Amino acid sequence: MNVTEPSTDHLGTVELRIPSKPEWVAVARLAVAAIANRLPFSVEEIEDLKLAIAEACTICIQQGTGIQTIDITCTATLSALRVEVRDDRYRGRDGNVPKRPSMMAVEGEGLGIFLIQALMDNLEYNVDPHLGTELVMTKRVGA
Amino acid sequence: MDIKVHVRESDDDAYVVELGGEIDVYTSPKVKDAITELIDQGHYNLVINLEKVRYIDSTGLGVLIGGLKRVREHGGTVNLVCTNPQIKKIFDITGLVKIFGIYDDEAGAKKALA
Repeated sequence: MNVTEPSTDHLGTVELRIPSKPEWVAVARLAVAAIANRLPFSVEEIEDLKLAIAEACTICIQQGTGIQTIDITCTATLSALRVEVRDDRYRGRDGNVPKRPSMMAVEGEGLGIFLIQALMDNLEYNVDPHLGTELVMTKRVGA
Repeated sequence: MDIKVHVRESDDDAYVVELGGEIDVYTSPKVKDAITELIDQGHYNLVINLEKVRYIDSTGLGVLIGGLKRVREHGGTVNLVCTNPQIKKIFDITGLVKIFGIYDDEAGAKKALA
């Protein structure tokens, strides 16, 4: 068993599961904004986070025919918020699907990916109609 | 979460779509319906007032782009009214400032249609 000691600047991890339906995206957006409020983000940075998380959930909904839920995991440290958004096809797979670095974004994957890249400091993602949709993004405080 | 859509005809043969609230994957179909209905009725010069919009995402932007494409096919255009810095920023990031006419008030947006 691997035991990883949490880093000293780790503030906490929050997990949220929402139904994969458009009317629930606002809940994810507001929850992440509340979490981001625990860190010294500016109002503008929190607005960026809200939009990025909503875009990630929207991509899951639009790509995931037949998926039921979306898992959102927020890991807060003193200096950054890392948010993982996955549709339910990833559950139990331990996140081993290789993700694409954000620089490899290609045309045609939509305005959503483009916006997330612009608003967040780091993005890795995997959007695959068979494997599922997974986005891992980080926003640093004051970056 | 809410979206308010109010359509009105202005004095100068333009139609104004006044939006308020949040435009996202849940609410954007309602906005799309309003714009589509106007275009289907033959109104190709539109002002979309976003002054009371607190939030817009890529699905909302997609609806606006779709509307603009359709009216341009008929020689019309869509001008936007937007003063919210966060929403202006989204138009900047996506490069849509180069595609839409974006104005600080409705009078300016309507004047530019003429």
